[in-house]
Amino acid sequence: MPDGALPVLDVRDLKTVFKTRGGEVHAVNDVSFDLRPGELLGVVGESGSGKSVTMMSLLGLLPSPPADVRGGTVTFDGKDLLQLDPEGLRSVRGGKIGFVFQDPMTSLNPVFTVGMQIAEPLRKHMGLSKAQAAVRAKELLELVGIPDADQRLKDYPHQFSGGMRQRVMIAIALACDPKVLIADEPTTALDVTIQAQILELMKELRDKLGMAVIWITHDLGVIAGIADRVMVMYGGQVVEHAPVRELFGNPGHPYTKALLTTIPKITGAREKRLTIIEGQPPILAGAPKSCPFRDRCNVAFDRCAVENPRRYDVGAGHDVACFHAEGT
Amino acid sequence: MLDQTPAPLVRVRDLKMHFPIYAGLFRRRVGEVKAVDGVSFDVMEGETLGLVGESGCGKSTCGRAVLRLYDITSGEIAIDGHDIGTVPQPDLRSMRPTMQMVFQDPQASLNPRMTVEAIIKEPLDEHTTLSEAEKREKVAELMDAVGLNRKFAKRYPHAFSGGQRQRIGIARALALNPKFIVCDEPIAALDVSIQAQVVNLLEDLQEQFGLTYLFISHDLSMVRHIATRVAVMYLGKVVELSPREALYADPLHPYTKALLSAVPEPDPTLGTAKERIILQGDVPSPSNPPKGCNFCTRCPVVMDICKQQEPVTHEVQPGRFVACHLFNDTAGPTAGQEV
Repeated sequence: MPDGALPVLDVRDLKTVFKTRGGEVHAVNDVSFDLRPGELLGVVGESGSGKSVTMMSLLGLLPSPPADVRGGTVTFDGKDLLQLDPEGLRSVRGGKIGFVFQDPMTSLNPVFTVGMQIAEPLRKHMGLSKAQAAVRAKELLELVGIPDADQRLKDYPHQFSGGMRQRVMIAIALACDPKVLIADEPTTALDVTIQAQILELMKELRDKLGMAVIWITHDLGVIAGIADRVMVMYGGQVVEHAPVRELFGNPGHPYTKALLTTIPKITGAREKRLTIIEGQPPILAGAPKSCPFRDRCNVAFDRCAVENPRRYDVGAGHDVACFHAEGT
Repeated sequence: MLDQTPAPLVRVRDLKMHFPIYAGLFRRRVGEVKAVDGVSFDVMEGETLGLVGESGCGKSTCGRAVLRLYDITSGEIAIDGHDIGTVPQPDLRSMRPTMQMVFQDPQASLNPRMTVEAIIKEPLDEHTTLSEAEKREKVAELMDAVGLNRKFAKRYPHAFSGGQRQRIGIARALALNPKFIVCDEPIAALDVSIQAQVVNLLEDLQEQFGLTYLFISHDLSMVRHIATRVAVMYLGKVVELSPREALYADPLHPYTKALLSAVPEPDPTLGTAKERIILQGDVPSPSNPPKGCNFCTRCPVVMDICKQQEPVTHEVQPGRFVACHLFNDTAGPTAGQEV
């Protein structure tokens, strides 16, 4: 993808807070990133790191209350998505921005045929007639590699396997030629051999259709194989961001480094003992005034407890939110 | 074979676990799901046997069946010299202390209305004659052993994180000084940074108490780390059983090859160099497995014989067992089902 091309999606200082009985939970803290045309941005993080909530916030998919998207801008197509009314957002979601969810078992409606579910966005967003939508639905099923598409359109979700259902989800997300596809852990619920199929399919489709993709996962292996750039999230913040080879070859944040050593490898020397990251992920109560990783960090010092590091640019399109990266 | 080593702690032969399917107005038996269909393996004392496979291949059912949490359809199971395959459930109770289980979901396998102390103490109440004070002391020791603060004994499971809950489950399994523990996907529900903590704990405990594990997982890289030998299951059968090093360096069965090549590597420079075998299609239904080899519908090197005849398990190299027609010639004549 050409560097310097205007980003299709530009997110600045996004902030989302959940109001709970126990106080405010700051799930997303000043998250900024951009997405260039045709690129695949990987977002890695553990559960509770804010990766899904970030994507849900920018599409207005979070119920409010308890969620409160408190600030920031999300520029897409020259508009700020956060300022759009619900009607305006609906025309973007499922149209220019497609979404694939984690669980293919629960995100399809069990009482409608797959054909009807693929046709729905086509009729709503593109104004196709029933017959036109049916033709396009068939093309889409073929595009995502479901054999015997004509017959399968009449089937219900329970008649598909997990991998096939995820293909249907992808077909729905692709229905209106989106500029951006957001895939939230699309292969987590699938087996490795099926996951490999879906990853191949995604790479193929991205090249064929030229859309930009945001791929959310907790699996660094998946990211290494598919992403162009990677954003690592921890405690509701972006802690590191870099091109994929740079991130794996030269990780800058202590969390990323630890994460890379804590997973055992399937080839190469077998480690006698796994490196562990002590402690638990942080509870995001109250506005962050310190580095979220400091309690588990082996290079933390006084400053980490009193100030939250901003993202320091370390060159090669790589930035790290750690005081140790300051001035490097 | 294997006569140079001591007798195995766990010996499983031709284990079958079929679940009936009832349908129609009169709930007639119309078929069966062959979740585990003729599995044989040994687990040596002090070793960890990894059992890997994709969801639905029967690995969890196999683990549960080995502990007789089900009444098995057929086969033999011997644990620590006791034949437990056909023993009626009430008589199994006295044998339960030797064999324990750690479950996948630490959320669902702990009673939310019991305190941690009560949860860990329950097996002691059932199987020992210790006094209350002795039991409480034992619980505290167990909490120390699994790295839980003993001050939290009166708390309820909801107050703990996923990794800590899994530690509670492990402490409960350890309470009766078992020899053999079936770990059914003990880390699948945990975050990456917490998984390593639990795996290290399991390894420490194994060393400390001389435990033997059957470690069931779909995470092939974690199994490579923890297991001594690895059995690969596909659609109710073990297709390959090998020592860890050999299996990962040189997988023999086409399914093992595909499975290993599908694991994404956390290294972008390797990812492109690696030749990936993408399997076509899905796993067939275990209620209607294909004729011949179970893998013949997806196998990239399928032959005519595979669609006709079920392959037998051969010992193709010392300690390496494979069920595949490709290895019919290399096999010793008497290998058969002995694993």
